[in-house]
Amino acid sequence: MPKMVVEARIVRNTEIGVNVKELVLYAPEIAVQAVPGQFLHVRVADSYYPLLRRPLSISGADHITGTVSTIYRVVGQGTACLAALTSKDSVDCMGPLGNGFVIHGQRPLLVGGGMGLAPLLFLAGALCPRPIEILMGGRTKEEMFWADMFHNKCDAIHITTDDGTLGSCGVTLDLLPEVLKSGAFDVIYTCGPRIMMEGVAKVAKTYNIPCQISLEEYMACGIGGCLSCTCAGKDGLRKKVCTDGPVFWAQEVMS
Amino acid sequence: MSIGDSDMLGVTIAGIKMKTPVMTASGTFGFGLEYKDFVNLNKIGAVVVKGTTLLPRSGNQGRRIAETPAGMLNSIGLENPGVDEFLSTILPRLKDYDVPVIVNISGNTVEEYGELAARLNVADVAGVELNISCPNVKEGGIAFGTNCDSASAVVKQVKSNTDLPVIVKLSPNVTDIVAMAQSVEDAGADAISLINTLLGMSIDIHKWRPVLGNVVGGLSGPAVKPIAVRMVWQVAQSVKVPVIGMGGIVTAEDAIEFMLAGASAVAVGTANFINPCAAQSVADGMKNYLRQRGLFHVSELVGKVNI
Repeated sequence: MPKMVVEARIVRNTEIGVNVKELVLYAPEIAVQAVPGQFLHVRVADSYYPLLRRPLSISGADHITGTVSTIYRVVGQGTACLAALTSKDSVDCMGPLGNGFVIHGQRPLLVGGGMGLAPLLFLAGALCPRPIEILMGGRTKEEMFWADMFHNKCDAIHITTDDGTLGSCGVTLDLLPEVLKSGAFDVIYTCGPRIMMEGVAKVAKTYNIPCQISLEEYMACGIGGCLSCTCAGKDGLRKKVCTDGPVFWAQEVMS
Repeated sequence: MSIGDSDMLGVTIAGIKMKTPVMTASGTFGFGLEYKDFVNLNKIGAVVVKGTTLLPRSGNQGRRIAETPAGMLNSIGLENPGVDEFLSTILPRLKDYDVPVIVNISGNTVEEYGELAARLNVADVAGVELNISCPNVKEGGIAFGTNCDSASAVVKQVKSNTDLPVIVKLSPNVTDIVAMAQSVEDAGADAISLINTLLGMSIDIHKWRPVLGNVVGGLSGPAVKPIAVRMVWQVAQSVKVPVIGMGGIVTAEDAIEFMLAGASAVAVGTANFINPCAAQSVADGMKNYLRQRGLFHVSELVGKVNI
């Protein structure tokens, strides 16, 4: 089925954490096609400033209700526009764009940090009925509302916070070796800050566990036309984060 | 009697027959194929593909785009797979569509422009557009587009290496756009397209660092439109070859402004990023405008601004 541009009605746009909102759109054409790891490209305002669309990871899709969701942090002008919208509004939305996670293996470990947990939420649902463990990190307890969202999708949740207010004090990478020793994982899916994903990919390589990463990059068109978001592939070819990714096997883009 | 699209909108620019006067600007529409799910490529005037070089280029490092008021800065740096890959893999796939393909080319030397033109002198290419105005690469690009003599040398070299129509894309980053236009016309350009992006810069006030990895980049989008309209108006009066106007076109009204200023065709650029069917919507809107004004053909608008 082709990717498309739709005028999507906002079902709800609610605060789920400090400066973090969940946007649920009625877009049955997108919901029926969406797979975890793909993204929406949303016109946050019918304006010339902001002008460009904003790429937003899909955090869930329900083809029965025809809804597709995303979770975003209000960080700049674009997300501030988005945050101001209500269920009376609709948005121009392209999707589902990009390539999602490849469902692989039987014992997945998810490793996520910050807003990178949004696509992993969708992925966790798709990995059912496999036993799923997740390692998640954030700066502080207030950011870890995610734990509740993953609670009924995962068999074990490992948490780190920078300040130690919840779970282990430190970052996900500190706890990763310990988590890996505790279970016979055969695949790792990771999304979060670049430095975290690089670390996870490195550890996965040491443990010889296949690893998929979801990259984030500034992009304009979202469909492979502008080349704003490309990165160097390990095969010597350029990779477009928007259409070759955003999900890659770690060895495709990281050493 | 109803008048069909091509009857109202069809134009021929430098021998290139187009169903509408609305083309896609190089660098904003990939190689066209990227957009096929969203827009009917057969309904676009012409697809001007991403700037192509002799060898593959990986482009600039670091962040490549930044949003600015009513526009954006880019510093892609001519990333492209090279002319061989274009000819062997991409062009054959474009044959499935009934749309003229114009190849934007960029060289490091005058000879490279000539070689590129020779390589692209094939049946499925409708024309070449000389990029002598890219602000994002160190050598070539804009270095040729800000000096009348070197621009002229590039055009002559290309003309002697191809039978195809040659469009020259001008940079707005010059003191005298009319002098540049006249130079390339004298050198044999079959059409002139303008404007390329304006050199700009954006600074992150929290990090005290430039937003773009390349420090500076090309400004495009609605913010540049008045400058583009002015330059098209100046150039169109001063040359005999057709002018293709571009710079911030989002709507049909924008395109009509360019036509009234003297453009015989237009190109949609940044708007493709916002609305992948922009080129088609602009053409549809132009047709409605013509009908409302009781006009029969889009050429009735060209250069008709009353001063």
